[in-house]
This record gives sequence, structure tokens and C-alpha cells, in this order.
Amino acid sequence: MSDEITMIKPSRGWVALNLKDLWKYRELVYFLIWRDIKVRYKQAALGVAWAIIQPILTMVIFSVVFGKFGKLPTDNSIPYPLFTFAALLPWQLFANALQRSGTSLVGSAHLITKIYFPRLIIPISAVVGGLVDFAISFVVLIGMIFYFKVYPTWNMLWIIPFTLLTLITALAVGLWLSAMNVRYRDVQQMIPFLIQAWMFASPVAYSARMITDRTWQLIYGLNPLAGIIQGFRWSLLGGTPPGELMWISSTVMVILFISGLYYFRRMEKTFADTV
Amino acid sequence: MSDIAIRVINLGKKYQLGALGTNYRTLRDTIVDTFSATTQALLHAGERAASPKADENRFWALKDINFEVKTGQVLGVVGRNGAGKSTLLKILSRVTEPTEGHAEIHGRVGSLLEVGTGFHPELTGRENIFLNGAILGMKRTEITSKFDEIVAFSEVEKFIDTPVKRYSSGMYLRLAFAVAAHLEPEILVVDEVLAVGDAEFQRKCMGKMSDVAQQGRTVLFVSHNMSAILRLTEETMILEKGKLVMRALTQQAVDYYLSSGLSRQGERNWAADEVPATADPFKPVALRIKDTRGRVVDTIRSTEPFQVEFEYILDQPLTGLRVGLYFMSTRGEHIFTSFDTDDPQRFELQSSRRSGRYFSRCTVPANTFNEGRVVLGVNASSYRIKRYFQDEQALVFSVDATGAPGTQWSEVRMGPIRLALDWEIEVR
Repeated sequence: MSDEITMIKPSRGWVALNLKDLWKYRELVYFLIWRDIKVRYKQAALGVAWAIIQPILTMVIFSVVFGKFGKLPTDNSIPYPLFTFAALLPWQLFANALQRSGTSLVGSAHLITKIYFPRLIIPISAVVGGLVDFAISFVVLIGMIFYFKVYPTWNMLWIIPFTLLTLITALAVGLWLSAMNVRYRDVQQMIPFLIQAWMFASPVAYSARMITDRTWQLIYGLNPLAGIIQGFRWSLLGGTPPGELMWISSTVMVILFISGLYYFRRMEKTFADTV
Repeated sequence: MSDIAIRVINLGKKYQLGALGTNYRTLRDTIVDTFSATTQALLHAGERAASPKADENRFWALKDINFEVKTGQVLGVVGRNGAGKSTLLKILSRVTEPTEGHAEIHGRVGSLLEVGTGFHPELTGRENIFLNGAILGMKRTEITSKFDEIVAFSEVEKFIDTPVKRYSSGMYLRLAFAVAAHLEPEILVVDEVLAVGDAEFQRKCMGKMSDVAQQGRTVLFVSHNMSAILRLTEETMILEKGKLVMRALTQQAVDYYLSSGLSRQGERNWAADEVPATADPFKPVALRIKDTRGRVVDTIRSTEPFQVEFEYILDQPLTGLRVGLYFMSTRGEHIFTSFDTDDPQRFELQSSRRSGRYFSRCTVPANTFNEGRVVLGVNASSYRIKRYFQDEQALVFSVDATGAPGTQWSEVRMGPIRLALDWEIEVR
């Protein structure tokens, strides 16, 4: 018999994060991700191929519309398809994570109302699960890099922190959206639109260097994805390092993340009653 | 190590009223409410009268609950629907937070509020064992080491690599219970899981539960099944309308519960707050099962006819109303449905009903049900216009098959009905 004592009492105001409990349940994150991936591709004829079809098709469309017809300039005269694909990778990781985490709590209502586990597990696994698709499309990107003969440098290692930042940003927004969605189902209607608008506000199809006005640059930097995507491109393909854009982006991200965590925890106590 | 496993002090839980599923709000509601609240506040600045309206919409599902459970004790909890049993279990298993008071729990809690939580139909039995185990709080190594035992208990070895969506409901339940039963927590909180499944499965579950109890674990067991409570528990608590009304030795508690009318045997009464506002102008009052002598009973004999009586009030005249009964198995499968205006002529005759107190009665002929439990649901609706009221589990009654056709053989007869058929044996 363990001497573990659990106190159950109404929590008041801002709840402590209770990271210890989260750590205890870490295997559940793994199992939920594993379930989602299994289920997602189980009855799809093309299976895991969908992980690369989506970004590749988007790249083709962008290359035709923005590259060929729109003649948008790229950084460092990188071929447009490669230029946009390098941005689509973190973008899709972010967009998919947002989409899945936003509705994750409501989608897991049957679990939340029956069993205790740290609720943070649900949006976390929804976000982290996107890494599998990301890894698969990353292989395609490597192939493209060699095809277009853009040889990577050691800067490529920066990919790892940038990917982490993408996940944290997605989780930050996901925490806000998923918790709000439990109470206000309007949120899930809003998410597709939010994602679309957010994409145009991020340097996915175009280069962040097109924004030359100083004030606009600062405003643009408020979008954490602006710095991250620019950084992604830089580390893989060279060109302009994200620089000060990154500082603004990171600050915004940290604020979003911490506030998201606390908002989520605050709402958590009523999830089982309202979902 | 303390010898107290659970200590509950002044526990209370307040809920917002509102039908299930409608208590989430849209952003618009909040914006509108905030706006009107602000205007109200501005208009009545300084008055600060406590608004009585806000409290009308809340009710205490549990209030002032105090009790202790000793390590190794098996404590039963009984009470009618809505008495707060499920809320208590949800608080103790940390699914929801109490509004006031606190509970102290010594040891790992495993809760079986429902078997098969988190099962995914697309995944195989093997995959679901791991997933469900993790959701219930088991470590991967723990599941791996108990895997064979779980599979053996569930008796689905042959289908372990088949998606569970192809399982029969019996197999599904067995597998789900098998995982949960191997959780081995120090404190087990169980809600009514035994109400599902066939007799064989129930026996197996009961066996496992008494094993758990004999291993010196603490069990909190909620059930409507008095014989299960009597068999498994030493002491029992009775909850009524959110309050703890009695705690005594099980035999005493069950006697009290059965004789006090709390158990709602053979009769279901609807309190005003149990009927959603959408039912208006239809008001269900009571549903009763009566034997041939007109007594309200909870067990009917398969060989005798019995009467079902549904009492309700119409506040306004209604046109096209039909009031009906669903007879279902405890697994939720419909056995049959019948409405009071199924006869077209009667429907013509009674096409509109004036306001007043009504009794819709029907007689179910002898030799209809097989032994077991039957769930009775009610429905009041106008075809294709509106469903006024529906309660799919209004009441449960038992069927005693003594003397029914075929009872000279003691084997279990399959199927929910037991007709007396006119057989003919011809030889050529």
C-alpha cells in the first residue's frame, strides 16, 4: 500500500499547474498519439501518404499562383517551390495542431466525464501528434533540397529549436481554443477561418522581407509564426536570419503560452460539468 | 500508514440547472448576458440586492456529506436516481470538483464509472487493452505483464487482433471489464457496471469483485442491485436528494431502503425538477407495474399477465398525442414498443385530449418475458410534430420464470422473451 494521499477540495482562483501529475501520466500522451495516428490512417486507402500529399499539393498550387503568375520574389533567389515548401512544413504542423487541439477536449468528452487524468494531456497529445506527419514531409523536403541543389549548412540544426517553438506556439493557442470551446462552441466554427487568416499573416507564400516599413515590421513580428517560419527558411535554405523579428515573436509566444496554461487550468475544474 | 482510506468532510456539489447538453453557452449568450448585467448594474447601482433568480437555477446535488471508509472495507452506496450517488463517485474519482468541503484519499484510486471508457471501435482488442489501460492509469509495463491474464479473463483470445467494432456486445463488455478488473488499485470505486451483460458475465464480475474485496482493498460500490449489495458489502450508506440519510450494516440499510419507498420498487415518480421545461404541457406523474391483484410490484411472474400504468397530467389540451412504452433489455436493446393509440380507431376517437389527469394503462399478456430484468421507458409525443417527454430508463422490473414453459430443465433460456407456443409433434 502506498502512502499516497490525495486531497480533493474546491480549487480557488488560479490553480497550480500540477506538473507532477502531468509527468505521472506521460505515457498516456504516447498512447493517445498512437491511437490518433492508427485511427486516422486505418481506413484511408492512401494511408500515411496523406501526410505528404497535403503539403505537396499546396506547394504546387502556391508555386503556380504566387510563383508563376504572381511572380513573388523569394529570398536569396531560392526556387519558389522549395521556398514555399520549407515554410509549409512548420505552417502545416502549426495549422494541423491548432485544428486538432482546438476541438480536442470536446472530442474527448466521453473520457473527461468518466475518468480522471490531467486534462492538459489532451491538447498536448493533439499538438505533439502532428510531429509524425511533419517528420514524413520533412523527408520530402530533404529530397527537394538535393534536387534543387541547395546544399544545407550547419545552420540546419536550428530546425530543432524552431520546430519546438512551432509546437509551443501551437499548444499555446490550442490551450486557449480548446478550453474556450468547452464553454463556447462558437470556437470550433471559428477555427478554420482563424487558420486561413493566420496563414496570410505569416510568410508562407511570400517572403517576410516584402514588408519594409519599420512599423509594419514590428506589428508583423507580433505573429509568432512570422519569426518561426522565417527562421525555418533561413536555417534550411540560407538568406536572412530572422533576427529581431524572432525576439518579438518569442516574447509574444511566451505570453500566449503562460496565459494559455493558466486559462486552461482555471477552466479545467468545470470541464466535466460543462462539456 | 493510516487505517482510513477515504475521509469525506462536509462535501457539497452545486450544479447549474439545465438539460444535459444545453448547458454550454454560445459566445453570443455571454456577450448579451454581460451587457444586460452591466446595464442592470448601472441602473440599480447601490441596491446590491441578491438576485433570487441566480439561485433558482442551481441545486445541490450533494450537501453536507461526511463519512469515513476504513482500509479494506467494502462500503455500499444506494439511493434512487438523482440522489447524488454518481456525483459522489465522480468527486471521489476526481472527474469533477466539489463546490465545498473536502475529501482525503489514501492510496491509488481506480474508478469504474463505466466499462470500456476510451475504447476505440477501429482498434483491435489488443490495441484497446493498452489504450484503455493507459487511460485508467496503468503503466505500459504493468499492462504488458498482465496482458495474458486480461485476455484469458475476457475469453476473446481468438478475436484479440480483430477491431472491436466487430465484437458482439457481450465480447466487448467482457474485454472492457477485464481491463478494468486488472487495474489493482488500493481503492476501487464502482458504479453499476454489473447492470449490464448477461447472467454469466454478471456472475464473473461479481466473482472478481469479491476477490478484490477479499484482498483487503477498499471498495465503494454503488448499485441498484440489492442482492449484489447484500452479497458484497458489510456496510451501506443511503443517499437521498443529495444528503446522507443513513449508514448502517448492509442488512439493516437494505431493509430500511426497501421499506421506506426510497427504492421506487415497481413504481417511478417524477418530481417537478426532474421534468424538463420542454415537456410542457405534458407532466409525467408516475409509472407503475401492477400484478393481477392490482398491487404495485417490482417482480412479475412470467406466467401471469401484468399491468403497466402511466399517470400524467396535461396542462393544456393536446392534439395527436400518443403515450407509449418501451420494453428494453438491461443492455439497452429494444424488445418491443407500444403506444396507447396504436389502434387506428382509438387514435381517431382520442385524437385530441383535453387538459386533466390521465392514466394510460395496458396489460402485458402472460408468457411474454423470459427471466431477467426488463427496463421500461416512456415516451409522449405527437407523431412528426413534437416529442414532449421521453425517459428511456424510467423503471426496471424483474421477471420470475417459475413455472414458465421449459423450466423443467434448469438450463438458462436465451433471449428476452419466453412465449408459450402451440407445438405439434407429428410422426410419419
